[in-house]
Amino acid sequence: MSVLVPTSLDGALAALAADPDAHVLAGGTDLMVEVNFGHRRPASVVAINRIAELSDWHRSADGAHVVLGAGVTYRTMEHGELARLVPALAQAARTVGSPQIRNAATIGGNLATCSPAGDGLPVLSALDATIELASVTGRRMVSVHEFMVGVKRTVRRADELIVAVHLPVLRGWQGYAKVGVRNAMVIATATVCLATDLDGHTVRIAMGAVGPTVIRARDAEAWIATQIDWTTGSLIGARAAIAAEVGERVRAEARPIDDHRSTAAYRRHAVGVLAGRLLSRAFPT
Amino acid sequence: MSDDAPLAYRLNVNGTNHDVADAWLGESLLYVLRERLGLPGAKGACEQGECGSCSVLVDSTLVCSCLVLAASVVDRDIVTVEGLGKPGSAAALTDVQQAFVDAGGVQCGYCTPGLVVAVHDLLDHNATPSTLEVREALSGNICRCTGYGRILAAVEQAVTQRTNAAR
Repeated sequence: MSVLVPTSLDGALAALAADPDAHVLAGGTDLMVEVNFGHRRPASVVAINRIAELSDWHRSADGAHVVLGAGVTYRTMEHGELARLVPALAQAARTVGSPQIRNAATIGGNLATCSPAGDGLPVLSALDATIELASVTGRRMVSVHEFMVGVKRTVRRADELIVAVHLPVLRGWQGYAKVGVRNAMVIATATVCLATDLDGHTVRIAMGAVGPTVIRARDAEAWIATQIDWTTGSLIGARAAIAAEVGERVRAEARPIDDHRSTAAYRRHAVGVLAGRLLSRAFPT
Repeated sequence: MSDDAPLAYRLNVNGTNHDVADAWLGESLLYVLRERLGLPGAKGACEQGECGSCSVLVDSTLVCSCLVLAASVVDRDIVTVEGLGKPGSAAALTDVQQAFVDAGGVQCGYCTPGLVVAVHDLLDHNATPSTLEVREALSGNICRCTGYGRILAAVEQAVTQRTNAAR
């Protein structure tokens, strides 16, 4: 029985290689709930919240990407230069839990837990994030779309750590919207991230809490791209009609279920409203 | 070593080292504070980070102690509601605590220690918060008695007093 608190990534990877059954503790906001309620009884823990190289973010040398260490907290994502570069991530961060939770919870933890309702995940999906994993045997880069494989299931091996998230810096409006039973301290009933890429001529839409993992609304995305004059970056037709059509197409691509938090019917309705609302914000005129 | 072998470690709480012995690996900081160290200020209610009753500072960061693995915060500075007063005046209330008393921001009192810690944290970072900033800062501290009106009045009083004192 041990709790290891390595201060270097190499130390953490060596600890996981030696004991792949160890539970990885990042911010603790998921793992400790399960421990407190007796759902998990870890025999050993590797805490990774004291590893400085995981807790920073930087912009790539060419400026095209931001690279977030896995230990970057929602608190860090909410404000400052990072929020300016990736506004949708900042908006998502502001909807997470409470200040106490945002001070502890990390982007790497959000990915590793891979809850259908994880608030950061639709943003990573909409931005086509790349996840960087490391173990003592080396590093690999995995698309976020391949990383998430099911409800609380990912391709991360037990001896691997998520070390970073690579996000493109897009030119164009982006935002995040969430429905829950109250404003603060709530797990999502339905979420949508919409990100416009004025250079790539795409509008990306990702939905959370309406499927086993985040769903990209590929049909809605393809249709919207035909409704935009990309030379001016404005809608070709009437905004209200386009927003309504996007809502309908998004609903058709959602795969929600009934559970203790909501009904499939409500979630399907909600993602359509959120997508239409975000589209209206993205193209205000 | 068997999987059930107990842990021993040392925590720094309110400026004092405390030895923890015979602990189970999965114990939260909240549990250790209350049940092992005799510091019952932080309250346990939801045990899942939703109510804020267990709020403490770890290295000056406001967190829910129920979500902190106690054995993972060795060598870090932990401050509980018991440690907020000035050294040497342990019996005195802090300005925030006095404001809660004056404004009547307490009914059953269970959420109060967590709220007091959260308000201290807010005012340490933002001396003149707007009403919206106060509400957001306290959004993780649930009170089921007061309706928050008097709690917000207490924060306003503390802000006013600190502002006047700084003049």
